[in-house]
Amino acid sequence: MENLEALGDAAKNAIAAAQDGQALEQLRVDYLGKKGQITALLKGLGKLSEQERPAAGAKINVVKQQLQELIASRKAALESAAVEARLAAETIDVTLPGRMPSVGGIHPVTRTMERMEDFFASIGFEVAEGPEIEDDYHNFEALNIPAHHPARAMHDTFYVDDHTVLRTHTSPVQVRTMENQEPPIRIICPGRVYRCDSDLTHTPMFHQLEGLLVDEQSSFADLKGIIEQFLRAFFEKDLAVRFRPSYFPFTEPSAEVDIQCVNCGGAGCRVCSKTGWLEVMGCGMVHPRVFEHSGIDAEKYSGFAFGMGVERLAMLRYGVTDLRLFFENDLRFLQQF
Amino acid sequence: MKISEQWLREWVNPAIDTQTLADQLTMAGLEIDAIEPVAGRFSGVIVAEILSAEPHPDADKLRVCQVNTGTATLQIVCGAPNARAGLKAPLAVVGGELPGDFKIKAAKLRGVESCGMLCAEQELGLSEAADGLMELSPDAPVGTDLRDYLQLDDQLLEIGLTPNRADCLSIRGIAREVALLNDAALTAVACEPVAASIDDALAITLQAAERCPHFTGRVLRNVDVSRPSPLWLREKLRRCGLRSIDAVVDVTNYVMLELGQPMHAFDLDRLQGGISVRTALPGESLALLDGSEVELSDDILVIADDAQALAMAGIMGGAHSAVSETTQNLFLEVAFFTPHLLAGKARGFGMHTDASHRFERGVDFKLQVQAMERATALLLDIVGGEAGPIIEQTAAQHMPQRTDVRLRASRIRKLLGFELAAADVERILTGLGLGVTASDAGWNCSVPSWRFDISIEEDLLEELARIYGYNNLPASHVHAELQIAARVESQLPLRHLRRHLAARGYREAITYSFVDPRLQALFDPGVAPVPLTNPISADMSVMRTSLIPGLVDAALRNAKRQQPRASLFETGSRFIKTGDQLDQVPTLAMVVMGARGDESWTGKSASADFFDLKGDVQSLLALGRQGRAFDFVAAERDGLHPGQTAMITHNGQSVGYLGALHPGVARELGLDLPLFACEVALASVLDGVLPTLTELSRFPEIRRDVAVVVDRDLPVADLMKAVESAAGDYLTDLTLFDVYTGEGIDPKRKSLALGLTFRDQSRTLGDEDVNPAVGQVIDLLEKNYNAELRN
Repeated sequence: MENLEALGDAAKNAIAAAQDGQALEQLRVDYLGKKGQITALLKGLGKLSEQERPAAGAKINVVKQQLQELIASRKAALESAAVEARLAAETIDVTLPGRMPSVGGIHPVTRTMERMEDFFASIGFEVAEGPEIEDDYHNFEALNIPAHHPARAMHDTFYVDDHTVLRTHTSPVQVRTMENQEPPIRIICPGRVYRCDSDLTHTPMFHQLEGLLVDEQSSFADLKGIIEQFLRAFFEKDLAVRFRPSYFPFTEPSAEVDIQCVNCGGAGCRVCSKTGWLEVMGCGMVHPRVFEHSGIDAEKYSGFAFGMGVERLAMLRYGVTDLRLFFENDLRFLQQF
Repeated sequence: MKISEQWLREWVNPAIDTQTLADQLTMAGLEIDAIEPVAGRFSGVIVAEILSAEPHPDADKLRVCQVNTGTATLQIVCGAPNARAGLKAPLAVVGGELPGDFKIKAAKLRGVESCGMLCAEQELGLSEAADGLMELSPDAPVGTDLRDYLQLDDQLLEIGLTPNRADCLSIRGIAREVALLNDAALTAVACEPVAASIDDALAITLQAAERCPHFTGRVLRNVDVSRPSPLWLREKLRRCGLRSIDAVVDVTNYVMLELGQPMHAFDLDRLQGGISVRTALPGESLALLDGSEVELSDDILVIADDAQALAMAGIMGGAHSAVSETTQNLFLEVAFFTPHLLAGKARGFGMHTDASHRFERGVDFKLQVQAMERATALLLDIVGGEAGPIIEQTAAQHMPQRTDVRLRASRIRKLLGFELAAADVERILTGLGLGVTASDAGWNCSVPSWRFDISIEEDLLEELARIYGYNNLPASHVHAELQIAARVESQLPLRHLRRHLAARGYREAITYSFVDPRLQALFDPGVAPVPLTNPISADMSVMRTSLIPGLVDAALRNAKRQQPRASLFETGSRFIKTGDQLDQVPTLAMVVMGARGDESWTGKSASADFFDLKGDVQSLLALGRQGRAFDFVAAERDGLHPGQTAMITHNGQSVGYLGALHPGVARELGLDLPLFACEVALASVLDGVLPTLTELSRFPEIRRDVAVVVDRDLPVADLMKAVESAAGDYLTDLTLFDVYTGEGIDPKRKSLALGLTFRDQSRTLGDEDVNPAVGQVIDLLEKNYNAELRN
């Protein structure tokens, strides 16, 4: 039994020196396994007298338990070191860019149009669409613009033949809707329109969004209310809105709508030609002759219509200064939306 | 239209400043587009007289002038060619200031003392004319400040008039509005009748009375056209944008600006016989005042004498009968032409004149005699002579008919949304010149002869709102019944599709609906496009039959701007004409050009290929849960690579196609990046189906892999379909997980690896279930597809 202490010390040193799990397991087998040295000491207890046996057994068990604990703690230490080493080896530069598929996007005109649609959809307007190559009747006659009417000169029309045009506005969609639907009508008509004009501030194609409401009770006051709300919602700003008398053959009374300049707040700048105001849309009460053409009783029903250039509003909203950029499809432009 | 504020204020002079006046007009519907001073900012400029002009001793082009300022004689060195003794011209004195902060100082010019500067019109900001000193009238008072003398403290108001407001195409018309808006008095000019001092008259015949129902004429004899227009007249014309010609033309222009009545003066001695107003005769032509010669047609109204057409009525006078320096006797014409019968006629000749602009929109049909008297009085004043009586012809049945318009108080409430006091209604309408009589529940209104835009109740509502002020009207919220709108769930919203493509890296483009026919012919030569009759340019002259040319062009432009890659899509209509049938087909197109992905540290991105685009198309088709209903069939199309093009079919119907750009076309376009394009009918992508659930099995699946070698040109899709049908009801999934050609395989053959997954709803499958199914598949492949099993 004198060598129990020496054996214990040797084992403790060996455990402390073990460098991996395998060496440690070998030590456990060598000392504590079935044929291990400590196990052998325990087996040798039988040779002792009954009086000596308990004390000697207790001593051996103390050492056995110490060794078991040391092995376990050495094992834990080795495992934790291994994890540490692995973590250190696996460290990456998290600031490197992620693996990202290239990102696309929606055209600013579409983005603006969808936003406008959402505002009007929220108060019950449905989207209506119609042909872009349109007959003279729906583009002009039905809208109270007979042939040779001076207002036709305002339109710079593209012709396909004597009776067929590229629509100059989306108003024909309103006519087509009224021809086919009984009031109440609440529609918006977004889409491409065409005017034979091309310079710094005109492109031969652009987009309009028009709206039409026909009901038994609808007034110019309602029109003013809806337009004011829309413009403030669109620009997310409580801006001043003013209505100016104007002329469209298909509405009476007619108005142009100005907003306080979104660039200078009304103080006067280059964007608003120093007037403090920006013209953004036209509107008015539907002309009774338009109702008549569409078979709607103008005594019973009244209605209003409004129309705006989508590019115009997109330019003001996003700070685009050149209209032509919308149709050049330069990726450096598109990528900004 | 440009008008002088000063001139307007001669008619009506409210106590408001220029800006307030402009705002007021704008808010009344007469939009002021610009306010400009009639002259530049200058001071210290007086009327001076050149007493002598001697050559400068040291400079050929300079003259040394002695100039009378009224209080002194100054020596001025001047370079203007027209500097001469006796000329009255503007002089900027020392201490004065010219536009552009140019201060006048005494100076030596080539050694000669100069105490001021004689000025040209351009130097004073009066006009662009810089060809010499401004020549003032011989009676100009020497020493007077030029601003006072020419009354230059005046503004030009540029008014953008809408086509309905013909009544405002004159000082008189604008003044009428200003008077009402300010409740101010209107001072109309006197148009007293001029008594005839001679009896001369011409016979006048109205042969096309519906076009010209009212005509007045007058003979003026012994006029002296060498007498110039007075300064005040020239200044007023200049400020309104008209050039002074001679006193006769100036007076007719002046009356047009002042009263709104265009008129014309003929050289009486060039006329033969009487005057008739008729439509042009077959083959008739006319040399016009502007030097052009027009071939007339029988829908053109002319003023003619017994020999020939003299003028295009309401548009422009002719050269033959024009007033010239030799003219001694005049025939004045003032008429009314029916607006809608004149409309568009000038434009038909590419013409647009001050007269046609007014007549087409409507001239006051009771104004003719008044205008004739006004012009006669002015002419007698300026060029002298004797006036004959006014000759007048009227076709009453063809004069504009004005019917009274009823206005109901209830309609004001309903359409304007508020109550307007009866007193306000009457004040506004009366102020506009309407005759107003109260009637049951409203008023009866008679419309004045100068308003061509008031014929229905709504027109009166607009007048009320306009004068009351749109911004003084209330605003309210729309009230309507809430209703839930129908929504077809299986129909995909277009915006979902857009966002799906954006998430897959595509940028939305918007290209013009009209394209270059040559570019389009590369892709769609078999379809004749719809041409525009008046295109903006040759490369935008036909409607697109496909969206691909526009997108390819957009990609190409980006390539030229050094973009190495572009993925673009567009939605919009293409236009297909078949016989009389025109289809406007909503379409989606995509192009992919260049590399598959952005350059990255994770690895070089390969060039995009057919299967990148096809994968994107398939992902789109899967959006509506209909992906498996579409087939891709090898096909050929113009502009695309014959070995890399597929038609997309749905239930056997072609709905679109995709493919690689043909290398020949790429070379022609100068594109050296790979490009793939797809076009598909939007409806086929957006029409989806509603999900219906298949119950989930609780039992495990079994997978079997089969590798076969088949002919290289066998379409895999055909083989897959056959496998699916042969594999029995337990097959739940079929995957192609490898395609191999190359070493170890006959060059005419390819190896395919298929994964078959089996599962049943009610029990666990065993080999005894799956093996026969796989056996059937292999049998079929061997028998029908010349396949050999690979180990």
